[in-house]
Amino acid sequence: MKKIYLLDDAIISPQGFSTEENLIAVKNEKSGLKFHKNNKFPSEGFYAGIIENELLTEAFSKIGNPKKFTKLEQMMLLAVSSVLKNNPNLNLSETALIISTTKGNIDLLTNSSFPENRVYLSELGDVIKNFFGFQLQTIVISNACISGGLALAVAKRFIAAEKFDQAIVVGGDLVSEFVLSGFNSFQAMSAEACRPFSKNRTGINLGEAAAAVLVSSKKPKKSINISLIGEASANDANHISGPSRTGEGLYKSIKNALKEAQISAKNIDYVSAHGTATAYNDEMEAVAFNRLGLSEVPVNSFKGAYGHTLGASALLESILTKHSLLNNELYTSLNFDEIGVSKPLNVIRGFEKKELNFALKTASGFGGCNLALVFKKELDD
Amino acid sequence: MTEFSFKITDFVRIKNQRIFHRKDLIFKTEKSLGLDQFLKEAYQNLKITYPKFHKMDGLCKLGILASEVLFKDHFISPDTALVLSNSASSLETDKKHQLAMSEMVSPAIFVYTLPNIVLGEISIKHKLQSENVFFIENRFNPELLMDYAEVLLETKKAPAVVCGWIDLKNAEYDVFLCLISKEGEIPLSKENLKQLYLFENE
Repeated sequence: MKKIYLLDDAIISPQGFSTEENLIAVKNEKSGLKFHKNNKFPSEGFYAGIIENELLTEAFSKIGNPKKFTKLEQMMLLAVSSVLKNNPNLNLSETALIISTTKGNIDLLTNSSFPENRVYLSELGDVIKNFFGFQLQTIVISNACISGGLALAVAKRFIAAEKFDQAIVVGGDLVSEFVLSGFNSFQAMSAEACRPFSKNRTGINLGEAAAAVLVSSKKPKKSINISLIGEASANDANHISGPSRTGEGLYKSIKNALKEAQISAKNIDYVSAHGTATAYNDEMEAVAFNRLGLSEVPVNSFKGAYGHTLGASALLESILTKHSLLNNELYTSLNFDEIGVSKPLNVIRGFEKKELNFALKTASGFGGCNLALVFKKELDD
Repeated sequence: MTEFSFKITDFVRIKNQRIFHRKDLIFKTEKSLGLDQFLKEAYQNLKITYPKFHKMDGLCKLGILASEVLFKDHFISPDTALVLSNSASSLETDKKHQLAMSEMVSPAIFVYTLPNIVLGEISIKHKLQSENVFFIENRFNPELLMDYAEVLLETKKAPAVVCGWIDLKNAEYDVFLCLISKEGEIPLSKENLKQLYLFENE
């Protein structure tokens, strides 16, 4: 199947409102996670990566009226706007818009000066479509924590089927009371900054972010490009809120993605894992990676830097993976102490320069879903 | 034109207290019956024995009922993909969780506050370790479903695809699921999907 190229991208997060600012933060081992006081939590609060409203409003004011758009819409519009700014000649009548989110404007269920229907995810799609004047039918994907990466896979599949040649893929989710209370009821929330794959990990932190990337079937006129050459998803068929102990779905997605990419696990130079820092998720990933012979490949989780940004996470982390490949840089897996999974993993302990050619991005989520994406660096002769 | 020709192998419709398998009415209850009672009676009538069913939310129960009817005459490969869509996402259960937030939040409710959980429940029930996606559209969109099903089939990511619409809004439900494969008589087309979806309303 045809591959797609990853062109311009944007990240809106507590670490900054551009990919550049986010990369500088990641490279310098900075985290957007902070303690937020809240007496509904046993530890009097929670760690999360939250975007400051004032900063967002200020940034958004340059492109629109903040009173007319929800926080999530402002984040996603800023991300798309940034990509469009770098591509002023992009023909919006031929560019698809693919949106990924888990809960969208769910905060509007209670606190709403907006019309009731704004909570519908298709409305979120329309808001973004109409703001910029996209012409094609918007595609909205809501598939738990793999949504953002699945949206890239869906873009690749539709481009291969020649439904369109290019698309803007945008993902976003908020840290809402709705989701916080739910994860808290699962006792999945960590009272400290999360520690993916660590012995002393105590659960997840939530985060909010929006990310956008322009993808195209056409190779850009650049000397170095990143392409998505293989992708697959697979369900565990095991449990709706816990991963398979054998990592079956993740194993199968990676295997199928590698097969499509026509490379073997040995070719993978770097793995950007899901790494939520829950006991079961990290263990499952370690099992799946080991089954595929990936135990020695440098691996990180960006959750220590951003928290779990839900429907944005796999897209945000794919963008960071793209820049890892472009810059030949491995970024630290923050807060890692000592290996805390039953199988060996080569967790990245410090920033490192290394020649990278192929990278694997994985994600897993509620409903038993799993996703794998294989990225390649292409150098012009 | 595609070099392959795929067929709508089978289909099921659940709406207004009635279940149709292909175009045959296989179950109905009186019009006034509420969602919960309808789901319970349908479960009993279809002779499903699956205790987990009773723990599920409305959207997942609809998915289990529909897949049970859709699969009963066929061998279903574990690689059969699931491609579902709706308008209301998991909003019915979202509202329940929102209400519980002022008192006691339950993980058993929270876990259903994602639309793709129904894909997980169908996968568990029928042991499908396959490609999954959940699309949100403001109305039934046969073009999106057909295009995506064709991509999965043509690229051999799946030997068969279950695609359709499964919406639950204010206790009103609207379900249309179909099995797409190389078997069957009805050619896969946007028009045919639309016609079969609208059939119940005639």
